[in-house]
Amino acid sequence: MIASVTVVGASLAGLSTARALRAQGYQGRLTVVGAEHHPPYDRPPLSKEYLAGTLDRTELDLLTPEDDALTADWLLGRTAIALDTDERAVVLDGGERLVSDAVVIATGARARQLAGPALPGPALAGPVLPGPALPGPALAGPALAGPALAGPALAGVHTVRTVDDATALRAELVPGARLVLIGGGFIGAEIASTANGLGVDVVVVEALGVPLAGPLGTEIGQACAALHAEHGVRLITGVPVQRVLGADRVRAVQLADGRELPADVVVVGIGSTPCVEWLAGSGLAVDAASGGVRTDAYCATEVPGVVAVGDCASAYRRRAGGPVRLEHWTNALKHPASAAATLLGAPSAASADHEVPYFWSDQYGARLQFAGHRVHGDQVEVTEGDVDARSFLAVYRRDGDPVAVFAMNRPKPFVRWRRELASRATAAVTSAP
Amino acid sequence: MIRVGALADIPVGEAIRVEADVPIAVFRVSVDGADGADGAVYAIDDTCTHQKASLSDGWLDGCMVECPLHATCFDLRTGLPDGPPAKVPVRTHQVVVMDGMVYLKLAEHTREQEVEVA
Repeated sequence: MIASVTVVGASLAGLSTARALRAQGYQGRLTVVGAEHHPPYDRPPLSKEYLAGTLDRTELDLLTPEDDALTADWLLGRTAIALDTDERAVVLDGGERLVSDAVVIATGARARQLAGPALPGPALAGPVLPGPALPGPALAGPALAGPALAGPALAGVHTVRTVDDATALRAELVPGARLVLIGGGFIGAEIASTANGLGVDVVVVEALGVPLAGPLGTEIGQACAALHAEHGVRLITGVPVQRVLGADRVRAVQLADGRELPADVVVVGIGSTPCVEWLAGSGLAVDAASGGVRTDAYCATEVPGVVAVGDCASAYRRRAGGPVRLEHWTNALKHPASAAATLLGAPSAASADHEVPYFWSDQYGARLQFAGHRVHGDQVEVTEGDVDARSFLAVYRRDGDPVAVFAMNRPKPFVRWRRELASRATAAVTSAP
Repeated sequence: MIRVGALADIPVGEAIRVEADVPIAVFRVSVDGADGADGAVYAIDDTCTHQKASLSDGWLDGCMVECPLHATCFDLRTGLPDGPPAKVPVRTHQVVVMDGMVYLKLAEHTREQEVEVA
């Protein structure tokens, strides 16, 4: 029986694990380490309602009065820099060692910067950017598990991962400002939509031919991309960014074809990187493809007493046939129940979301929802509604079997499909040998 | 009281949305009502207390409705959420079924206000 647990990471996955441990009867010592100074808060509104100014800072707080019952020691503003798996000791930035019976790795991910030599990334298919770049080694060391990088060197260039990031960006999104978004993924599209609503002049640059083609496929990516133009936002596709120009402050973004886009503000939305560097030397395996800590379906790493959850974990998923790292909010909310059960030696059942991952996005007043596993080559068909009317549902099939579903402004049938896919996945997993 | 419409027009296991001062979701659940009627009727605020989503679009299971966006379940009888992300209950409204017609008597204040008053 374990009597002490250290949770490294104080965002949704870490908090959800702490809650799940208590809900499942754990009565021992509970310590939560968070690199940010803030108690747990909700991140999805940072690119939407909070950025728009329609949601107050206090409304982001995740802790409720009931969470007092967690009786956790919160070590906020402290960064884990190493894990000694022999002793299950978490080493903090000040050199302090927190030794406990179990460790939960919930350090999340940080925004990928337009930076340094050798930051890979599909969104930056072009030459690596010099200029405002952060030196690569900034990724090492204590900065890692938290609000992390000191920020791009050029004023006016932002990424959005933390509430401090969003607050800083919001101050610059004044009417008439010229914003260039580098990256047309979900974060980029949501920020473009919010900024557009604030009267900002927005241009979105996407290196791929069709934004969101990776997660959604070309057809549906195209349907989502159309929202930009419909709301007066210019979308430039198929051209990588060459560099960001400016002396002290950004003045333009230069594309690989030589075009220069004047900019007062730049947001870099080119994905995120799991915060796992602090685990170097711990012996824990990191999945080469996704960069996440490898776990089984129930969050267990190869080291007994050490589990990983949320954005930093690559958990085995039978439907996908291998480890998958998800950056979905629902994964960070639901998966920790499995981690808690694993640590407590209780029978564990992965949630339906585990096999049928779900995410949503709100852009230009349209609600986009997706559930399932899509891979290149799956056939997609609009089964109800009308793409041009911005209200439709599409089902992805592989060998005739439904594997994923997407909806734009069709929540009701989407919920049914999500249920249907989950019950199929559960049946498939249960019946498998 | 607000007149919703004929009971027969709400299929068992379904919900309809009523535009009052704020949108109201009216559910006809598959559990029989106290009067033995086939499918009791409940009404709650339609908008999830967490973030903007319409609960009448949610998944109905007995007397619980699951929010279509973030999957918190609300009890139609009490308005209470079963867990995160929602923290605040939805308001519940009194339903009157008379001569095959459904009427609503809207709650005057929020659950939080009710608690304060109590």
